[in-house]
Amino acid sequence: MLKTFPKGGIHPAENKITSAKAIKRLAVPKVVYVPIAQHIGIPSEIIVDRKDKVKIGQVIAKSGGYVSSNIHSPVAGTVTKLDMIVDSSGYKKQCIVIRTDQKDESNFQEPEFPLNREITMDQKDILQHITDSGIVGLGGATFPSHVKLDLRNDNKVDCLIINGVECEPYLTADHRLMLEKADEIIVGIQILMHALHINRAVIGIENNKKDAIRVLKKAAKLDSRIKVAALRVKYPQGSEKQLIKAILNREVPMGGLPMDVGVIVHNVGTIFAIYQAVQHDRPLIERVVTVTGKKLKDPSNFWVKIGTPVKDLVEEVGGVPEGTRKIVNGGPMMGKALKDTDVPITKGTSGILVISEDEASRQQTKPCIRCSNCIFVCPMGLEPNLLMDLSEKGFYERAGTEDIMTCIECGSCSYVCPSHRPLLDYIRFGKSIVKKLQVAEN
Amino acid sequence: MAEGSIIISASPHVHSESTSRRMMYDVLIALIPAFIVSLYVFGLPALVMTSVAVSTCILFEYLIQKYLLKTESTIGDGSALITGVLLAFNLPATLPLWMVVIGSLVAIGIAKLSFGGLGNNIFNPALVGRVFLLISFPAQMTSWPTPFENTTKFVDAISGETTLGIIKEGLMYGETMSAITQQIPTMTELFFGFTSGSAGEMSGLALLLGGFYLLARRVITWHIPFTILAVMALMTGIFWLADPEIYANPMIHILSGGAILGAFYMATDLVTSPMTKKGMVVFAIGIAAITVVIRLFGSYPEGISFAILIMNAFVPLIDKYFKPRRFGSRIKAKIV
Amino acid sequence: MFLSIVYSTLLLSSVGIVAAVVLFLVSKRFYVYENPLIEEVEDILPAANCGGCGSPGCKAFAEKLVNTEDISDLFCPVGGNDVMKQVSGLLGKEVAEKDPTVAVLRCQGSCDVRPKTSEFQGPSSCAISSLVYGGETDCQYGCLGFGDCVDVCDFDAMYMNEETGLPVIITDNCTSCEACVKACPRDIIEMRPRNKRDLKIFVGCLNEDKAGIARKACAVACIGCSKCVDICPKDAVTMTGSLAYIDPAVCTLCRKCVEVCPTDSIIETNFPKKKVKVTKQAKA
Repeated sequence: MLKTFPKGGIHPAENKITSAKAIKRLAVPKVVYVPIAQHIGIPSEIIVDRKDKVKIGQVIAKSGGYVSSNIHSPVAGTVTKLDMIVDSSGYKKQCIVIRTDQKDESNFQEPEFPLNREITMDQKDILQHITDSGIVGLGGATFPSHVKLDLRNDNKVDCLIINGVECEPYLTADHRLMLEKADEIIVGIQILMHALHINRAVIGIENNKKDAIRVLKKAAKLDSRIKVAALRVKYPQGSEKQLIKAILNREVPMGGLPMDVGVIVHNVGTIFAIYQAVQHDRPLIERVVTVTGKKLKDPSNFWVKIGTPVKDLVEEVGGVPEGTRKIVNGGPMMGKALKDTDVPITKGTSGILVISEDEASRQQTKPCIRCSNCIFVCPMGLEPNLLMDLSEKGFYERAGTEDIMTCIECGSCSYVCPSHRPLLDYIRFGKSIVKKLQVAEN
Repeated sequence: MAEGSIIISASPHVHSESTSRRMMYDVLIALIPAFIVSLYVFGLPALVMTSVAVSTCILFEYLIQKYLLKTESTIGDGSALITGVLLAFNLPATLPLWMVVIGSLVAIGIAKLSFGGLGNNIFNPALVGRVFLLISFPAQMTSWPTPFENTTKFVDAISGETTLGIIKEGLMYGETMSAITQQIPTMTELFFGFTSGSAGEMSGLALLLGGFYLLARRVITWHIPFTILAVMALMTGIFWLADPEIYANPMIHILSGGAILGAFYMATDLVTSPMTKKGMVVFAIGIAAITVVIRLFGSYPEGISFAILIMNAFVPLIDKYFKPRRFGSRIKAKIV
Repeated sequence: MFLSIVYSTLLLSSVGIVAAVVLFLVSKRFYVYENPLIEEVEDILPAANCGGCGSPGCKAFAEKLVNTEDISDLFCPVGGNDVMKQVSGLLGKEVAEKDPTVAVLRCQGSCDVRPKTSEFQGPSSCAISSLVYGGETDCQYGCLGFGDCVDVCDFDAMYMNEETGLPVIITDNCTSCEACVKACPRDIIEMRPRNKRDLKIFVGCLNEDKAGIARKACAVACIGCSKCVDICPKDAVTMTGSLAYIDPAVCTLCRKCVEVCPTDSIIETNFPKKKVKVTKQAKA
């Protein structure tokens, strides 16, 4: 029996239709729109001005504080304006608009990065490189990586977990990356183990990616400290807390961090970005994005420059098909619906999902029949039906004592509800109010 | 909003196939075997009574929602249909039809819609209907048709008695269990359902078949039915071991008196049972204990309907105190 | 027969007497002293329990009024100056005097002038929809149209106009409790001073986008042309970015800005008719 987390969870249709498609490189877009708030925390500060010439990898917005991150220019070109552009949050946010210089060769010649296994930097240098390169969690949470790696206060961490679970249906970006860059990922893990003085690393991969498990097991043979754990397919295993529970059977305390149980979790994409930053001095300016959907002509995986409009990406796979009613940034379980395709790809975009008419609409909400399915599937042991009621009726304090804030917003409750109740919508709303109340109290 | 414009909604953007309607129809499918046995044993009266119960339940729901409450009709969700079938299963097949109609009215009008309709009722509607009839018309409600007699015509003369009824009466007149055992059906007859009783309660086999279908379809979980049956077996077993001459064998208790129907179909009613697994076990223990106490010491031979209704009232309390364990609430950091 | 009547009468009466004694003792035992002033103040307050004063209800506000030394920063918006004056007379404390206000809706983006470009599916609530994205139209500043403000209004002073998709404030019923102001996630409801004939002039738009974008999203959006700023004789209009704001304290209701506004985004209410403007009927 394969390992998995014990409580709750669902198994939605996987629909990993792009898992056999090798990662292609998307042509450099004519214009990129780089938002300055691509990570959790303080937005970065713009340090370029209109009409400035920028080079590839040049810092265009510097970290705005401790929990923040640098942002680098993904292309060589000219800053045409600093404008408000709708990003995946659905609101207009400050963006740096850069017109690609069509004559600059660095835009069109991809530098070769031969595998470099030799780790020469010391701990401090490695962490400095990660900080400077603007690396954030590429699994979707976009938490600045250097904060996670900063173990100043008593270091009890004994295990590094690499998240290669990719439990979201449809998405295959991490899967392809693991297949194609296995050796680099192993070196990246070694870099982190070296920097953090950890002697144990486990790569967690769900068993629907048997080829990735095989490839990484082979690559990990070089280093006996690195193990690959095959996990049973179950959503939301890619959530940090569930993954730690599945692999190490340690339970992150409520309101705590993985560090409290001696674990650091990084996504495989982040590990690859760290490898590139440390070994090749390459900042985070591109990432793997899965463009997928049942009606698309040629869904596939791409290396995409940060700031590329979704439009360019969708056109590459044959354009938005007739009857499309929903375009999602991310996977179907946790992704955000986009209003149009002008939204730029950011560091947190792992996929673009195009949903056609027949699957886009929500069904009519019916009364709760108390079937308890939401309670059974909640991986956090919450009672979504109760939390929805409390949020809807305005009992926010009670919602707080019912641990509404521990909800990880995985959406399993809304997914299973036979009455199609918008459980997560209300819980998310309740969380936003409870958070406000808590801030007001302190 | 423009036709065909982009739809925006919060995640998740996919949904499982399960719908409340589908769950309701699963329950109906699960009831088919028991219905077939009922037709086989009691014949035409069972068919007529069930159809009257079902049609009046749906009719009352429609009429009350249309003319009294003036809300949208919910007869399409299948819940009134189930209430009708379950009500019929809990009534003697030869019950006068006008009483069945009253039962439907009480079940739908009082137990279900006056509480706010599907999802808001505290008590199991079918059981409320049955208990209302049992208290109002005790004679008719405890006169059951004899199996395999008069299956094609309606008769007034009714003779059958249920297994537990025979035992209760026998014990009252000072007979011993070994003497009574001669008069009641054998275990096999009980298991296949060739005995007298309410229309759908007799056949352990058919009910278990449907019960396992519900478990396989994940409409119900094992917690309520198995706990009820196990605790009932345990409690009656203890008494039986203490004195087999005045207490019946636990197998008789489980196979008769609607225990299986109650455990798999009535107690597991989604709306009126607790929502957490811990709560379900507590709920089930309560039902089993009250049932056994009524059967052994009360004046009614059978008690599971009362037990379920009593425990229904405790569901909000159980839900409040038996919560699932929150992830990370028991801190047990195992650091190597 | 006679005895049984006597017995039952006696029995019932004694049960009654015992219960009365118990009730009396209990009420003595658990008696809580309350300053009688609180009740008197509560009688003056409007008993709307709307929370507009910041306290959870009139009783709580009465307690606060009685127990606080300086009540000059406490105000009952529903009762207004009359009520506060009575409270002041009763308690002998100084109270603030405020000009009466009324809620106004600073958005005119009805369905016909502000086309919907997407469809929101989810609970019909402004607060929830605003967590998801900027709204069904291309204007992320204007009314979302799910009526959270109407839901919270305790005084029947608001309703949803089905045709325009915008809430309407019934000025006569508005008690300026500010419940709608707090409920609106977009902050488009503002409290403006209420004068005798309820004459008001204000910018009915909050769109901060540049002219082209704002205009594309909504035909009556403020495009930041500054014509109102230029024509205003009292400098009551200020321009932040590309959005105008009329300061009610300075404005003399001369209506010059209304005439020059090229997008009709300045609203005038209850003035004698000069010319009929389609977009303004919904407001009146």
